[in-house]
Amino acid sequence: MNYAWLASSSVMFFSMLVTISLTLIGCSPETSEYQQPNGIIYCSEGNPASFNPQLDTSGTTVDVSSHQIYDRLLDFDLVTGEIISGLASSWITSVDGLTYTFQLRKDIAFHSTGYFTPTRSFDADDVVFSFNRWRDKNHPYHDVSGGRYPYINSVGLGDLISDIKRINRYRVEITLVRPESSFLANLATDFSIILSAEYAEKLAAAGTPDLIDTHPVGTGPFKFNSFRQDRYVRFDAHPEYWRERSTTQQLIFDITPSSSLRLAKLMTGECDSMAFPTHSQLDIIRKRKELTLDEKPGLNIGFWAFNTTKPPFDKPEVRRALAMAIDKNALMEAIYFGSAIPATSIIPPSSWAFQPDTRSSTFNPLAAAKLLRENGVEEGFSMTIWAMPVERAYNPNAMKMAELMQRYLRNVGIDANIVSYEWSTFRARLNQGLHDSVLIGWSADNGDPDNFFRPLLTCSAIASGTNRARWCSKEYDKLIDQALNYTAQEDRAYFYSKAIELINEQMPLMPIAHAFRYQAYRDNVTGIEINPYGGIQFRNVGKQ
Amino acid sequence: MLKIILRHVSLLILTLFILSFFSFSLAYLFPGDPLVNLTGIRDSSEQGYAILAKQYAMQGSFLSQYWEYVNHLFSGNWGLSFSSGLPLAEEISRSLAASVELSAYALIVSFVVGLPLGFLAGLRHHKLTDFALLTTSVIGYSIPVFWAALIAILIFSIQLGWFPLSGRISLLYDVPYQTGFILIDILLSDLPDKEFAFKDALRHLVLPSVSIAIVTCTIVMRITRRSVVEVMSSEYIQAAYARGLSPRQVFLRHGVKNALIPILPLLVMQFTTLLTNAMIVETIFSWPGIGNGLIQAIYQRDFPAIRAGMLAVSALVLTFTITIDMVIQIFDPAGRRPENATS
Repeated sequence: MNYAWLASSSVMFFSMLVTISLTLIGCSPETSEYQQPNGIIYCSEGNPASFNPQLDTSGTTVDVSSHQIYDRLLDFDLVTGEIISGLASSWITSVDGLTYTFQLRKDIAFHSTGYFTPTRSFDADDVVFSFNRWRDKNHPYHDVSGGRYPYINSVGLGDLISDIKRINRYRVEITLVRPESSFLANLATDFSIILSAEYAEKLAAAGTPDLIDTHPVGTGPFKFNSFRQDRYVRFDAHPEYWRERSTTQQLIFDITPSSSLRLAKLMTGECDSMAFPTHSQLDIIRKRKELTLDEKPGLNIGFWAFNTTKPPFDKPEVRRALAMAIDKNALMEAIYFGSAIPATSIIPPSSWAFQPDTRSSTFNPLAAAKLLRENGVEEGFSMTIWAMPVERAYNPNAMKMAELMQRYLRNVGIDANIVSYEWSTFRARLNQGLHDSVLIGWSADNGDPDNFFRPLLTCSAIASGTNRARWCSKEYDKLIDQALNYTAQEDRAYFYSKAIELINEQMPLMPIAHAFRYQAYRDNVTGIEINPYGGIQFRNVGKQ
Repeated sequence: MLKIILRHVSLLILTLFILSFFSFSLAYLFPGDPLVNLTGIRDSSEQGYAILAKQYAMQGSFLSQYWEYVNHLFSGNWGLSFSSGLPLAEEISRSLAASVELSAYALIVSFVVGLPLGFLAGLRHHKLTDFALLTTSVIGYSIPVFWAALIAILIFSIQLGWFPLSGRISLLYDVPYQTGFILIDILLSDLPDKEFAFKDALRHLVLPSVSIAIVTCTIVMRITRRSVVEVMSSEYIQAAYARGLSPRQVFLRHGVKNALIPILPLLVMQFTTLLTNAMIVETIFSWPGIGNGLIQAIYQRDFPAIRAGMLAVSALVLTFTITIDMVIQIFDPAGRRPENATS
């Protein structure tokens, strides 16, 4: 039988198929002259809990809302860390440091969205509303969406403000209970955002106040469009935005929990930028020619805290000896893969309170062993190192770090046992003080050094569960409080240098490292800048 | 014919009844309050809870509860998702449409490729082409779907950069939801750059539909091949040759039709296999379909979503299978069961 016709027709058929598929390939970004719609896609790591950072301190919520939807009265300059004007064009502090008067900018438009059309521009009422929501427990909006304001409560901002008054339409006066120089810095954090009072009134009248946090309205560079869980958050440009900005028309958070998938999407160009590359991915990103990796020292500290309420760790000599037994530089390579700098104190170098000439503990196992024996810690003494079970920038692998430290401690005659629990149990047991020592850390929320000194080591921070050393020193507390009575940086820096000296002498914790922060993006993306003081900002981000 | 229809409809109703009963008992089998598992409303006030309990007849017997549950199902109230808080009926119909769309295109691909190859192999029975195609089909058949998908991503997305690796369309195109089928939605939309959106959606379709189609394509090919071999060696074909028709005439006039008719239903039935494979591949390509949705629901212990999602998928597959079976029996009175044509 002759089937030559069959062969020729099947050849024709398959060449047709190949042509079709090649046409499709032809639309790939490299070969097409067509520009995609104007927009930025950011592969983020998870679902935001709400669109109001007053309610949630998690980085995911902050990234998606703080600098996209909202503005603050004040902002941090990303380079110098200085406080600069935001919605408040200027401010005056009274001589006694108790009264702050803010002059507000005029003609600042709120977002006009599918669910809300503003009739007036931003004014003093919005500021009073936004502050009273978390400050005044009887405010109609205080209990909406749970009524918990974690950041504001943790720094005691609500109790610090005794009154907030509207002087006229564009002037607001805030009175404090006591002078506190970190007050302005707290107003510039990601959490001190300004909501629309008019929108809140409208929602209250409609009986749906909860919508204020799920369908947000602000004055920020992007307005909320839609959110689909596990899929995306969509923003449109706010056309009447008051600051300079890029011409980006759309901003999309592509929610991609897996970090390897985020990297894959970044490589194929489905994302323009990705959140949180892991340490093992950094080299891959550096090697790809179409990707850029920015790094900047972060405002964080990873440390090894000793439980100073348990003997023999109540002796400063023992704590110093233990710190001397560990080689920090070896930890830098093994745990951080070079993506961190060794810490000499709890303050990172990018802060103005950093003391460049601080002497950190030097690695000296012989002296350490001698000092331990002198203070009654015999050969074979057994202690626990608690290693936190989660990955954080300031300590990407606490378990491995604990294992390395175990070996160093064996050299000075100490048997260290590693302890770890599931994260929430871990923190609960730490709060009960069941540990001998713990590997943990801290990331700051604002540029003010008080944000390191106060939560990490003051007496009152033992109860609120951030002082892992359970160290309480009247002298130290006094220094930290005194520093806040002054507004000039040089004056405050004096007290902080004293505090750092005290920490190094007492060694309630051994500072280990300040980790870098990373931002990975494609080469054609412009204007991405790492914000060391909190959430990511897309205002100036565009594409070439 | 009426008998056939009656028999199938009653079978369908009975199985759907068992399915819905099973899905209802899931609310009791999952940990937690059955009412919460049914409605998906977790933090209702005491009053709200009482109203809900009344609506679902929670005080009544198990059977009356089940009756209320079925009523709610039919009125489109499938409960709320734990994780998103949105109505499940809408969530599931959206994701089911995405899965059906993906499976449909994959089915088309496997027909377009599998049928001609099957004919070729059948006509070249026990020749080199036949053996080569059979070998290829064994390889294609043995490759696990998820592995094929991952390899396709590695080569065509990450190395070559030809196709995207996630989603149905670039998020920069905001296609309004109408039918749930992305290509149709794009055509119906008034996007300014419709043509590019369409191309972009096609590019997103290529890798997932091809990786699902590989297995089905080999099955289609083998079924067709066997049927062609049988038909071409039958007496009437020999008779046609004897009458002096050319091989081309014999094949086109008698071969194609007679080879296809018995296997057509069997081929359509591949759709259910496809849907199952699509559910696996969806999670790899982040395709917003029902498979992906169910996996997420299982991870997040979203019991209402698991219950409703399973019910929706099994009801769809069941309805499809029984309908096709009915149609076959109506149009194939000789009772030539499609099983006769398996490879």
